[in-house]
Amino acid sequence: MPQTTNHCSAASFPLLNPGFPDMPMTETKTTVTRPLSPHLQVYRMTLTMAMSIAHRLTGAALYVGTILFVWWLLAAATSKSFDVINGFLGSWFGYLILFGYTWALLHHLIGGVRHLIWDTGRGLGPTEREFFAWVTIVGSVTLTFVIWMLGFMFKG
Amino acid sequence: MRTPLGRVRGLGSARSGTEHFWVQRLTAIANVPLVLALVILVIVLAGRSHASVIATLSQPAIGILLLAAVISVIVHMRIGMQVIIEDYVQGEGMKVTLLMANTLFSCAVGLVATFAILRICFGS
Ligand code: HEM
Repeated sequence: MPQTTNHCSAASFPLLNPGFPDMPMTETKTTVTRPLSPHLQVYRMTLTMAMSIAHRLTGAALYVGTILFVWWLLAAATSKSFDVINGFLGSWFGYLILFGYTWALLHHLIGGVRHLIWDTGRGLGPTEREFFAWVTIVGSVTLTFVIWMLGFMFKG
Repeated sequence: MRTPLGRVRGLGSARSGTEHFWVQRLTAIANVPLVLALVILVIVLAGRSHASVIATLSQPAIGILLLAAVISVIVHMRIGMQVIIEDYVQGEGMKVTLLMANTLFSCAVGLVATFAILRICFGS
């Protein structure tokens, strides 16, 4: 029998390769005959998938947003340029960014708690996952408004 | 003489075992109260005068809260970003570069924040 150069090829495992029953055992070029997982586009987007992506996106957004927080702290500590950033954060645009950051944070927080519940082996069924997704959406928006109302109450 | 386990230790794609997973969960739990308090604090203080911001932030309880939040969040976000990089970046060179940049960025943010908090609390 001639040598097969690609030992990993599915041709060496005919049972794994039902689509190509006639594949010769003598192939020398690596054509992709291994079973591949389907491309991302063939999946119908589900709510839980969107939530998974949102958790990663909000995590990354929060990561970048720490720059703003540190800039504010440093300006407060050195009093240089404090009025600039403070005035910016206190403007409508600054509030918009802070509001968005609060929402991203709460979305990530609730999604994170969902991960922690999953880690205990609970809540992995289809109805529970869907339920968590809705809790994350409704909860993050509601809590964002509640926290901002609390903030403005303390602000006086 | 090396045992089979000794030979494979540190050879996984992450060069470590479950420690990152574990620390990510620990900091996630710590983040919940710390970060909620932080957000309310920032909303309350945004737009206030410098003297008033300093007067609030320099209280011992608030200084400790800030330090705890910074440590927990920085450790958490560094591991989180490392996972993202390891998931999407294929080339070894690019991956190592980005992993280093991630660690350096996280350390820089953490150090500057810590410096600022200490300076606010202990004055100068
Ligand atoms: C407020 C409470 C927070 C909780 C409960 C929380 C929880 C979590 C959990 C459980 C994970 C792991 C997800 C997984 O294994 O796929 C995670 C990932 C992550 N977190 Fe957080 N987190 C919080 C705050 C933050 C903050 C403040 C930042 C950034 C400044 C952050 C950045 C990230 C990043 C970048 C990831 C990686 C995302 C991914 O792998 O998809 N998190 N978080």
